[in-house]
Amino acid sequence: MKVAVLKGGRSLERGVSLRSGARVEDALERLGHEALPLEADGELVKRLAAERPDVAFVAMHGPGGEDGTAQELLEILGVPFTGPGVAACARCIDKVLAKHELRSAGVPTPDWFAFNETAFRELGAADALGGLEERLGFPLVVKPSRGGSALGVKFAESWFDVPEALVSAFSYDDRVLLERFVEGRELAVSVLGSEPLPVVEAIPLGGDSYDFEARYEIGRTSFVCPAQLGEGEERAVTDAALAAYEALGCSGFSRVDLILAEDGPQVLEVNAIPGLTDTSLLPQAAEAAGMSFEDLVARILDLALAPASA
Amino acid sequence: MTEPPHRRRAHARSSDLERYAGLFAERTTAMRSSAMRDLMAVTARPEVISLAGGLPDTSTFPPQTFAAQMTRIAQESAAAALQYGPTEGFAETVDCIVEVMGAEGMLPDPEDVIVTTGGQQAIDLICKTLVDPGDAVICEAPTYPGAIPVFCSYQADTIQVETDAEGMRIDELEATLERLDAEGRRPKLVYSVPTFQNPAGVTMSLERRRRLVELARSRELLVVEDNPYGLLRFGGEALPPLYQLDGGDFVVYVGTFSKILSPGIRLGWAVAPPPVMEKVVLGKQAADLCTSTLTQYFVREYFTGGRWREYVESLADLYRGRRDAMLTALRDHFPSQATWTEPEGGLFVWATLPPYIDTSDLLAKALREDVAFVPGQAAYVDGRGRSSMRLNFSAGGEEEIREGVRRIGKAIGEQVELYGALTGERTEGAAGDGGQAGGAEEAGENVLPFRRAEGE
Repeated sequence: MKVAVLKGGRSLERGVSLRSGARVEDALERLGHEALPLEADGELVKRLAAERPDVAFVAMHGPGGEDGTAQELLEILGVPFTGPGVAACARCIDKVLAKHELRSAGVPTPDWFAFNETAFRELGAADALGGLEERLGFPLVVKPSRGGSALGVKFAESWFDVPEALVSAFSYDDRVLLERFVEGRELAVSVLGSEPLPVVEAIPLGGDSYDFEARYEIGRTSFVCPAQLGEGEERAVTDAALAAYEALGCSGFSRVDLILAEDGPQVLEVNAIPGLTDTSLLPQAAEAAGMSFEDLVARILDLALAPASA
Repeated sequence: MTEPPHRRRAHARSSDLERYAGLFAERTTAMRSSAMRDLMAVTARPEVISLAGGLPDTSTFPPQTFAAQMTRIAQESAAAALQYGPTEGFAETVDCIVEVMGAEGMLPDPEDVIVTTGGQQAIDLICKTLVDPGDAVICEAPTYPGAIPVFCSYQADTIQVETDAEGMRIDELEATLERLDAEGRRPKLVYSVPTFQNPAGVTMSLERRRRLVELARSRELLVVEDNPYGLLRFGGEALPPLYQLDGGDFVVYVGTFSKILSPGIRLGWAVAPPPVMEKVVLGKQAADLCTSTLTQYFVREYFTGGRWREYVESLADLYRGRRDAMLTALRDHFPSQATWTEPEGGLFVWATLPPYIDTSDLLAKALREDVAFVPGQAAYVDGRGRSSMRLNFSAGGEEEIREGVRRIGKAIGEQVELYGALTGERTEGAAGDGGQAGGAEEAGENVLPFRRAEGE
């Protein structure tokens, strides 16, 4: 089978995408497929039309590849593709939209407020920030609505940190959210098809759980899979993850990030196309479930070619 | 078409990674990658105007000279040029080095010189010779971003001493030394780029140079003087290098052909007193036996032509124009709250923005406008420098520099304006963009308290 591997792109997660893509290409070759590496650039549509692959493996992260843009093109060209469809991608990439969907589906997610840049520039939204303390309380987390990894995510301990954190977050997107900080264990549940994989726990080393950058550095965070959870806890966590996956309309695969607080899990976000590098969480979870990386890639391809099975 | 057959390493599974991790040396934990590195990966896109690199403009080197030299080497010395060479480097290369150092008033003993694979290797070998895990290494704040991974890989406790318009603050250095004394610790080395510093662009004053050299002598500690840019002076009076003031007893000198000829030939050097040099040579033997023979022949040929100073002067002329273009653009496009250095030579300007702007985040915004710079944090080991940035003016043409600075200025202007809207603080837009004021200016009321200085 001829499999186009879409990778790269202009997003800030370009580097991760290139690593994901290279690893997928290797696996495809070992599976006996013809891997066709495709940079997501101005030539993409032309090359897809000329090469006519049987299926496209989307190994792109962040805006441009994980937001439904590439998926829309693939639909127009009639090329089946891996991972969630256009609508699910568009919902997942936008944390604000995703949180609204989660909340209306009854999936627990921390309280939040969202603001557009224009609201501050033109509508005097700064005055509305006065209600933050009452409604959300401190500490809180300020995030760009669209954006991956820890980029632009800041922890605000008090009023004083908020304007600066907003300026940072608005560097990545014109919409940001201020979210109540929930203390608890950091977990990730990858879902394959409609099956949850073993839970991964991220444990920050050095103790600073407010240092968001540390989460993405090898050596500063240790990842445990399967996470040590009580039976009830594990069920609550996977149930919440599956509910989030469904609420956002995901298919194929995705990764749900949650916090397990004292009173239960809270879903932070869903990554429509999580990383597939050597150190990424989805492959770790698959391995804990007894699947090699090739098995994982093969299963993802099957799901792409038989979407109705979900 | 299918690609040519290739054999790629089968990628590791995560359990393999764990297995490898058990084999890693302790020191690798200090070698860190960061989110910023991923950001920098994006700067490599061809459409990006990069003010981030530290690249000299090698397009000015005449290809005919290059071709003629290589031809002569091939015709006259093929076998020798393709052979190993002495670990210390060829005597002829050392002659060229002595000539270059002489141009700045230094008279090293050729016996004290070792040819290295770029100045970077010289820094590495010196640290390899001197630094045990936990040893204190002192450097400027900010310091050369490429020195930090070296210090980290030898597990040094890197201490950064504040730098102002006259270079490293020697009073603060003394206070640091005294504090270390009180802790019973003796720093092994003080690393400094005293002339046209990378990244700050500042030059250490003569008085401070003298005091630094005296301190090194009285305390018997080594100062590593890294001087890649000394000959790229655009104006003002040349100052004596630390090495010259000291005579080479307590100053270890690091030089390079990278900025006066080519970084691609990877040729640098170190000058150190004989006991230190002996260890450095042993370290070099272990690292790579000898520096590239071929490129040493290249330099020898080039210096025989006798035109090297002319070329350096042409580079200085070129970079002077580019620096001027950058400084003018900064005045036109950066907001009034920003400050920057005005270097008399070298490759870099260091700009500092209001404390509420994080330049790593600004970089993400700037990249959407297809322009890049180095966030200040890269020049610190301790997270400082968040509101500063390094801007390079040697790599691109004047038009590119103006456009790059304009785009960065626009991104900053938007952040300043937004902060004004958020805090009610009066702001001014970038001077060149019509000086628009912050949206909430008239509202008058401070909705949120304004952070006046960096926390902690």
